[in-house]
Amino acid sequence: MSSVAQKRSFGAAFWDWMTTVDHKKIGILYLIGGGFFFVLGGIEAMLIRIQLLQPNNDFVSAGLYNDLITMHGTTMIFLAAMPILFGFMNYIMPLQIGARDVAFPFINSLGFWMFFFGGLFLNISWFLGQVPDAGWTSYASLSIASPGHGIDFYAIGLQIAGGGTLMAGINFLVTIINMRAPGMTYMRMPLFTWTTFVASAMILFAFPPLTVGLFFLTFDRMFGANFFDHTMGGNTIIWEHIFWIFGHPEVYILILPAFGIFSEIFPIFSRKRLFGYPAMVFATVLIGFLGFMVWAHHMFTVGLGPTANAIFAVATMAIAVPTGVKIFNWLLTIWGGSIRVTTPMLYALGFIPSFVMGGVTGVMQGAAPLDYQLHDSYFIVAHFHYVIVGGVVLAILGGLHLYWPKMFGTMLNEALGKITFIFFFVGFHCTFLIQHWLGFWGMPRRVWTYMDGQGWNTANVISSVGALLMAIGVIVLVINIIMTVAKNERIGNDPWGDGRTLEWAIPSPPPFYNFTATPLVRGLDTVWIEKSEGNMTGLTPAEPITDIHMPNGSIIPFLMTFGLFVAGFGAMFHQETSWGLPVLIFGLAWTFVAMAARSLKDDLGFHVTKEQIQRDVDNASKGGRI
Amino acid sequence: MDLNKKFTPETWPEHPERATLEAKNKFVGFWLFLGGETILFATLFATYMALKNKGPSGFGFSTQELYELPLVFVMTLLLLTSSLTSVYAMHHMKSFNFKKMQLWLGITALLGLGFLGLEVYEFSHYVKEGFTFGNSAFSSSFFTLVGTHGFHVAIGLVWVTLLLFRNAGRGLNLYNATKYYTFSLYWHFIDVVWVFIFTVVYLMGVIG
Repeated sequence: MSSVAQKRSFGAAFWDWMTTVDHKKIGILYLIGGGFFFVLGGIEAMLIRIQLLQPNNDFVSAGLYNDLITMHGTTMIFLAAMPILFGFMNYIMPLQIGARDVAFPFINSLGFWMFFFGGLFLNISWFLGQVPDAGWTSYASLSIASPGHGIDFYAIGLQIAGGGTLMAGINFLVTIINMRAPGMTYMRMPLFTWTTFVASAMILFAFPPLTVGLFFLTFDRMFGANFFDHTMGGNTIIWEHIFWIFGHPEVYILILPAFGIFSEIFPIFSRKRLFGYPAMVFATVLIGFLGFMVWAHHMFTVGLGPTANAIFAVATMAIAVPTGVKIFNWLLTIWGGSIRVTTPMLYALGFIPSFVMGGVTGVMQGAAPLDYQLHDSYFIVAHFHYVIVGGVVLAILGGLHLYWPKMFGTMLNEALGKITFIFFFVGFHCTFLIQHWLGFWGMPRRVWTYMDGQGWNTANVISSVGALLMAIGVIVLVINIIMTVAKNERIGNDPWGDGRTLEWAIPSPPPFYNFTATPLVRGLDTVWIEKSEGNMTGLTPAEPITDIHMPNGSIIPFLMTFGLFVAGFGAMFHQETSWGLPVLIFGLAWTFVAMAARSLKDDLGFHVTKEQIQRDVDNASKGGRI
Repeated sequence: MDLNKKFTPETWPEHPERATLEAKNKFVGFWLFLGGETILFATLFATYMALKNKGPSGFGFSTQELYELPLVFVMTLLLLTSSLTSVYAMHHMKSFNFKKMQLWLGITALLGLGFLGLEVYEFSHYVKEGFTFGNSAFSSSFFTLVGTHGFHVAIGLVWVTLLLFRNAGRGLNLYNATKYYTFSLYWHFIDVVWVFIFTVVYLMGVIG
């Protein structure tokens, strides 16, 4: 807060994080929450690979195996990959566009708490021994018939988390539309901001169908509706359509920000501006659009008919074109650059071949006839892990190394970073490359064990060893983080030396008001332009230092979400217990009272005086910290 | 922002609902939110159309027998009129006439309440006839689609009531102008959705 370092009690610090509306702190909360669930999903993956290590294994039961694959998929997509990317978006995007804050700080905090409580709700299922077990897609034919409360945890937990995601999406959109610094035109926005923009727009249109689908599932299972029960006139294909109208854009919601992170890494460590910037922007928007046109390629074998299959096959393959544009632009950014192979750059370089392989197998499945052969085999598992791990997770790890110094003011160890990369990268290919062949050889996915003598034994051992290598890589990363935090060697504004965008021109970590004076943006890669013209601060202010208006923290987002969390349990148990319905009503009432409290009490924020900012600036120029 | 700043009709800005950055954010954000709501209702409509008249064997309800247009016509009249009165309210908001704005919004709320009352009557009538939430896929999709709309109306009523009472004593300012304006956007949106429900559910249900 102030220039004077203060010792604060643990309680005060805890309260500060619970009530924060600072986009940077919320970004860090997203990273911590997402990181926790990433480890949880990773442990589930390891258990799956141990079970498949040898034929006829009885390490886990068939039922537990269903629980594990369901929770692994759900956790990794909803609770790890997306929140971690939201962490980067929250922290970096406002800095990149020269904003002091996001458009809706309160809703930003609400979005985080909804993600967190939704994830908690899902994982409490483990303690009750009734875990979602119908796959992460939860196809209605399976999920309606699933006994116990497993699917109820899925439906309600994802409903809460999904609401948070929608809020985050709207918040990012409005921030980018309204809060760009002077001179920051759309065609000067860094690519990571652009991909945040398009991914947020996709969230806005993809998540409402999920909301509806989950309500149908909730109503069918808990309130006696019949959307999916065919004996009552229902239709399970409706779930598949609704799920994939959400689910296909979802994978682009994950991969576009990953593309954005790589589009920041390549120029920095090639010391060249991004090749074909306008084409990159156009390709991003086009991928965002096409992402909504292809959902039925998940349903080729449902029997929609050859016409529908053909249309969706062509639309699917069309996505390869803008994606190819991106790949070639990245290659041409490196081409002739003065390349530094740092840890983030290693991830970016590893990403290109890995992701291309995942993309090519995607085009293969885009051919409907071939998809009939590959359907529900390990080829599919190999394909989407090549895309999600080879794209999204490599971007997350690369981005973590790239932005760690900006977020925490201290540099992750490069040697350990490279060791992490090698273990993770080798382990990744070792795990999933062989699974393409397992698919060709006929090994079905989602089946808990296999018989001996089908030629799958060695391949499964290789795959499991690869998973172990990835786990070692993640453990090295955790060690790296602990060592870095313990050492806490402070670094300057631009630790990589070649930062190009606005976030690299302000202190690491930035003061809570981000910019002492709103910057003037003079072009794409504005800090690079300033530096190359001799302005070593990297910033030209657009206005003199004035009072800054900032929002107040609030505990209400936490309270609102807690009400929903409680109501979820009420909905789940209302049929078999007498306390269910009162708890449901109490939880919802709690939330509504919290909402009313928010709207009835005017919260106008506070002002940081220009004298205070001037003191911070003077102090920083004497070598102190803001 | 200074809540105590006093305006006159002359100094009141032409677009008070987006006169400050916070207001502009809420204005754009609310439009985007309505975009998401559109998708939500589109999904509900699609499901309703897929499950219309579908039930277990021997299921005795069809749209033709069930729906009664006179009642729905009165409901439509009430809701469309309430949209008109909210336009009057916004007109007075822009010309800084707080009392008249409150009055027209109060009328809007009463008309909305009338609509909701008739909808509750309609639903209870169906249930009495044996067409319940759980007796078929058709009934589930009907009650979910129309009920979601009704739920939106109820939320809107709570919203506008809170606005009217909260601000009764302090008049218009640049902080609550946006709140009034986004409410009117929301109310129009509900109205548009109802026009679709009237057409797709009731008219198409009765006619063919």
